[in-house]
Amino acid sequence: MSNLMKKTGANRLLNVHDLCIEGYQEEEWRQIVNGVSFYVDRGEVLGLIGESGAGKSTIGIASMGYTRAGCRIKAGSILFDGKELFGAEYETLRRVRGPRIAYVAQSAAASFNPAHKLIHQFVEMPVQEGIMSFSKAEARAKELFRRLDLPDPDNIGDRYPHQVSGGQLQRCMVAMAMACNPDLIVFDEPTTALDVTTQIEVLGAIKEVIQTYGTAAIYITHDLAVVAQIADRIMVLQHGYEVETGETRQMIESPKKAYTRELLSVRKTRGKTINHGGEETVLAVENVRAAYGNNVIVLDGINTKIGRGKTVSIVGESGSGKSTLARVITGLLAPIDGKVHFCGEVIPPKLKNRPKELLRRMQMIYQMPDTALNPKHKVKKILGRPLNFYFGMSGKERDQRILKLLELIELGPEYMERYPDELSGGEKQRVCIARALAAKPDLIICDEVTSALDQLVAKGKLKLLQNLQN
Amino acid sequence: MADVIKFFTKSPWSAKLGLAIITLNIFCALFAPALAPYSETEIAGDVWEPPIWSEDAIPHDTPVILGTDHIGRDLFSRLMFGARNTITLAFVTTALAFFVGSIGGFMAATLKGWVDQTLSRVVDILMAFPTLILALVILSVMGTSIPVLVFVIALIDSTRVFRISRAVAMDIEVMEYVEASRLRGEGLWWVMKEEILPNALSPLVAEFGLRFCFVFLFISSLSFLGLGLQPPLADWGSMVRENSSAISFGILTPLIPAAAIAFLTVGVNLVVDWFLHRASGIKDV
Repeated sequence: MSNLMKKTGANRLLNVHDLCIEGYQEEEWRQIVNGVSFYVDRGEVLGLIGESGAGKSTIGIASMGYTRAGCRIKAGSILFDGKELFGAEYETLRRVRGPRIAYVAQSAAASFNPAHKLIHQFVEMPVQEGIMSFSKAEARAKELFRRLDLPDPDNIGDRYPHQVSGGQLQRCMVAMAMACNPDLIVFDEPTTALDVTTQIEVLGAIKEVIQTYGTAAIYITHDLAVVAQIADRIMVLQHGYEVETGETRQMIESPKKAYTRELLSVRKTRGKTINHGGEETVLAVENVRAAYGNNVIVLDGINTKIGRGKTVSIVGESGSGKSTLARVITGLLAPIDGKVHFCGEVIPPKLKNRPKELLRRMQMIYQMPDTALNPKHKVKKILGRPLNFYFGMSGKERDQRILKLLELIELGPEYMERYPDELSGGEKQRVCIARALAAKPDLIICDEVTSALDQLVAKGKLKLLQNLQN
Repeated sequence: MADVIKFFTKSPWSAKLGLAIITLNIFCALFAPALAPYSETEIAGDVWEPPIWSEDAIPHDTPVILGTDHIGRDLFSRLMFGARNTITLAFVTTALAFFVGSIGGFMAATLKGWVDQTLSRVVDILMAFPTLILALVILSVMGTSIPVLVFVIALIDSTRVFRISRAVAMDIEVMEYVEASRLRGEGLWWVMKEEILPNALSPLVAEFGLRFCFVFLFISSLSFLGLGLQPPLADWGSMVRENSSAISFGILTPLIPAAAIAFLTVGVNLVVDWFLHRASGIKDV
């Protein structure tokens, strides 16, 4: 295809012009995407990048003419292959979605129906749409499974979603999206929830298939390193505004806007070593052996020591027992053998035998803030409960303390009355941190607290934790 | 107070309709003696007289609005008094069943182990009996007073509620926020009331709407067998039963109390749906 044709737009697959999207918040409509325009040519990959709350996913989904509940497209035009999707009939949209535009969600684990085999979920769409027969779709599935480097591609489809790993499931989802050989795939942070090693595998597989089939893609992520590998062009977003758009290389090498540079420089920041406090040991783990059930030993002969004001990092691939160690320390899992010392004393292995004061001094922050906060409790209650529970604070005294905690995590007082659903991922994690801090603990266990967050937020979080240590 | 008013004015029309129906029913139940033209037991006229708007209506000094029942009592008055018995009984019974059943279910899911085993097996045993036979056995041993009736139906219903709440709570119990509250050292009551209950509310409320209506029918079955509400007390379910033979003569009398049940059921479920909608966090657009 000639360059000229590309320029005249004959090759243009998706053209989004001046898109405005509103979200329903606090009983009024607020604009969350402000006049964003972009295009995607056939076979081209556009990276959408920005921190959480920038409107990346909203824009990605809007390219299919769809919005999440509580959002609506206010103005603009979404031309897909010459057809206007904004305000189109449901039937038209239905024909486009699936066969021609596919969507890969962030969490494959949450997107598959746990009660059906993978292969049945794969064939559902092509067979329903009448594009392929069952056996043809099955053959297509096997081909894609092979291309995506899934183990045992001929039989993996007979497994249920819980019988494959997170990375494999994500690849299955990519395969599903590719089922009808669509023109455009929207990838919504497909690798974010995976650990680093798996991330690279999945990314490689995605890159390989979209190149083989010449599929155009919108790749949404907050990880610049990821997008640089896969995208032809990058668009940077902030608070629903377009910051800048450009060729990948140009964006990486010579970004024009300060925000893009900041996004780039994140990778290079490292915290300075903090050295203070005495040699007092807060926590010591001695020869710990732990297992789930009776036979599978997960931890064996673990020893570690943590001094006051120190941080000990526990590094390992998923499945190596990092979280299990945290569970042993917190008492959720009693070890078979070995002892845990806390401030010089051996502590009871079981949670229910530990006194309240001990529980207060040891706090835990979870990997997934989504599940660590009760969706039916307001922030005020989430933070207020430990204050009331451990220190008996109530009324004004408690409210003031909550405000202080919010200030510490850089959130305003208006957050008191919000539910976790009304917070972004980063804000949720901050609330989790504040909840741990509310107890004034001596030890905080952080279980991959930043792996589900984007880089800018993650960096802020680490800084916050460092400051608190001082 | 202003919040409460705002809350109701913002609710969708279906919920308002539901609330209106429930309010109307409660109003009738509360003021039955003042509103009803006849007393509950008074014979007003002949058997199965047609309603007042019918061409064959028989004139009375005090109007017999909806006609008379199988022994000539005023149907409209009995509906009013029936509302009292029916709604109170159904509400108390269902509330008790939910109180017992959901606490049991949450406890079983939270504590697991032998507590779960004991409770679940007891419930299994109770569920193994056909409900009507179980109720008959207990009622014939303990007599047919209203407290016993409430206790028996609540007991039977609570086994179903137990099953649902246990299943729902088991899913919630594995969430990290429950674990976090355990790590904080929270007791059983807090975990059940604050962490599990708010998240289990949607299915339980839906079940409440359904169970509430089943109770009418169950009481009427019992009344038919002579073990429910004792005549001459009126309740809607047994009013349908008593008059059911009228259907074969083409008389519509039994359909009137049946319509009252349907009317209240619709009202309750409209409100329940609205609660579900709110609880599920779906925002109206």
